[in-house]
Amino acid sequence: MVTIYESKPVHETKPALSRRELLKRGGVGALLVISGSAVISPEHAWGLETSALKPETMATLIQMARDIYPHDQVPDKYYAIAVKAHDEQAGKDPAHKDLIEKGIADLDLKSGKGGYTGLGWEEQRVAVLRDIQDTPFFQAVRGGLVVGLYNQKEVWPIFGYEGESYSKGGYMARGFDDIEWL
Amino acid sequence: MAPPFDLNNDGVVVIIGSGAGGGTLGNELAQKGIDVVMLEAGARHEYEDFINDEWDSFAQLAWTDKRTTSGDWRVAKDFPNLPAWIVKAVGGSTTHWAGASLRFQEHEFKTLSTYGKLDGANLLDWPITLAELEPYYAKAEDKLGVTLTNNIPGLPGNNNFKVMKAGADKLGYKECHTGRMAINSEPRDDRNACQQTGFCFQGCKWGAKWSTLYSEIPKGEATGHLEVRPNAMAIKINHDASGKVTGVVYADKDGRLREQKARIVAVAGNSIESPRLLLNSASSQFPDGLANSSGQVGKNYMRHTTGSVYGIFDKPVHMYRGTTMAGIIRDEARNDPSRGFVGGYELETLSLGLPFMAAFLNPGGWGRSFTTGLDHYDHMAGMWIVGEDMPRQENRITLHADIKDAHGMPVADVHFDDHANDTAMRNHAYKQGSALYEAVGATRTFPTPPYPSTHNLGTNRMSEKAADGVVNKHGQAHDIKNLFVSDGSQFTTGGAENPTLTIVSLAIRQAEYIAGQMSAKSI
Repeated sequence: MVTIYESKPVHETKPALSRRELLKRGGVGALLVISGSAVISPEHAWGLETSALKPETMATLIQMARDIYPHDQVPDKYYAIAVKAHDEQAGKDPAHKDLIEKGIADLDLKSGKGGYTGLGWEEQRVAVLRDIQDTPFFQAVRGGLVVGLYNQKEVWPIFGYEGESYSKGGYMARGFDDIEWL
Repeated sequence: MAPPFDLNNDGVVVIIGSGAGGGTLGNELAQKGIDVVMLEAGARHEYEDFINDEWDSFAQLAWTDKRTTSGDWRVAKDFPNLPAWIVKAVGGSTTHWAGASLRFQEHEFKTLSTYGKLDGANLLDWPITLAELEPYYAKAEDKLGVTLTNNIPGLPGNNNFKVMKAGADKLGYKECHTGRMAINSEPRDDRNACQQTGFCFQGCKWGAKWSTLYSEIPKGEATGHLEVRPNAMAIKINHDASGKVTGVVYADKDGRLREQKARIVAVAGNSIESPRLLLNSASSQFPDGLANSSGQVGKNYMRHTTGSVYGIFDKPVHMYRGTTMAGIIRDEARNDPSRGFVGGYELETLSLGLPFMAAFLNPGGWGRSFTTGLDHYDHMAGMWIVGEDMPRQENRITLHADIKDAHGMPVADVHFDDHANDTAMRNHAYKQGSALYEAVGATRTFPTPPYPSTHNLGTNRMSEKAADGVVNKHGQAHDIKNLFVSDGSQFTTGGAENPTLTIVSLAIRQAEYIAGQMSAKSI
């Protein structure tokens, strides 16, 4: 099981890897803290507990998800929700666990000694992703995101999409023809 | 005798499919007092049950049974098991369709004569003319309540239309309006008026858009002559030694095989399933499948030359608000080979919600080039290209050699390669669409590739001569006089227009013919 929960402040959780240590390592991973079996965002008060995948793997997956579909206005939390299905699937299917763990290990290997999240610029990470974009691993992650990220009702308002409208009587009186700049 | 009809009742007309063709034919026959059993592979969801959510609705309505693809079309790469976005439910794809209801143009019934022979195209004139079909178009427009016909007012233009109209004016297009839509602009025929809800593709929760589900089918059922059997997947059409069809074997909701006896069988399962069923009904007497002495069953698969253009503006549009396709430009629908291709295309407003935009804007695309487009989703306008594509013998539905469905029936493989004329037309339309949006200030445009096919046509085509096609001008099989085809698979060529109005017109005409033939005891 993977659950998203509201985290305690970082000083209370005693993370295995302190925020300071993460910051020292550099890279975007600094924003996410690994604690036991969880990935925690101390800044934004959420955490993601993993059961099948290593929490470090999940943290890298979250960064990879953002690099594949970068939306600067979308918080990490939604990328975390979008990739948590891989942890669930890995728990049921050893082949999937293998695909993800090996895929992330390979990604780290290709990224040099700091690993994937150690690459500071998006362009650097994207260059590594371009190398692997035809692999089943990349396609599994990218394909899962299309629904996993964009079908979260919570992200729709960020893009200005209003979703269901029937219960509100449609847009007859709510701006179906309200364009004014033409 | 009243429904339910006995399986051994061999006096009924069995119609396979309940969409625009089958649903209309069933009601028309029932109104004439003819007993009909309608087999529908999908479930029955009434319109209150439709869902304003793209993926949830897709799960509710779409035909997602496995199919395979081949050919150079991009759908084969991006959606290898989803060649078509059509519906498996009572009402068929009339639950999902956008409502655009256009008559074919005169020359589109005479493509071989008008365009001449084109390499790699299997063009043929229809065995009927526009003049012959006009009275039936008029009946269909009245039945569907098409706006801008029968004194029905047009729909009001939404934001997406207003952007299209402003651009059309700038480009000098003359014929741009909110379309001829089978969507009520005012209450009519016991159906509500459109409430500008959007989600036309997800089934209209107001019942404002015409669908056989809540118009033809209940009307037919009220006569006591129509029985609809949902969750009944046709597997095989049986015949006797004289070569007449005698019944349809189908899998019922529990997967048990049944046979419904029949006096007449009409196939209306859309252009992938209809030829699949005929091919799967091969016997020692008809080794290549039923009605296939010409070898044309499954061939000449057409899907319209489509594509979309989305434009991003520096100010908000909210294209998804309101009727999805109530906006059309018809100026490019003419045949004008000086543009570098024969035939023409329509430009129609289109919008997808954020989830489907992410899936279809550039399938497989990723990175900032892709995501910065979505970032401006609420500043986007969109249009769909729908143009005539060339029939090709190589573009065809075949039975897969190995893969079978849950009932042991081989799945359909859909092969499609663009003809050079299709590509030239699509590129022209991309340029026009982009120019239109740029004329009103678009800062970026997207030539978006075709989606899985919604207009599937031509795989059991009509022909004057039996050697050239599968059915005659009444949709009656050349080879088997009590076997009919009643969907878009009977189209000889595809025209530039959304096909539903023509399918409905042909079904009304076919019902008259069948009733006449039954009275005369010819079938």
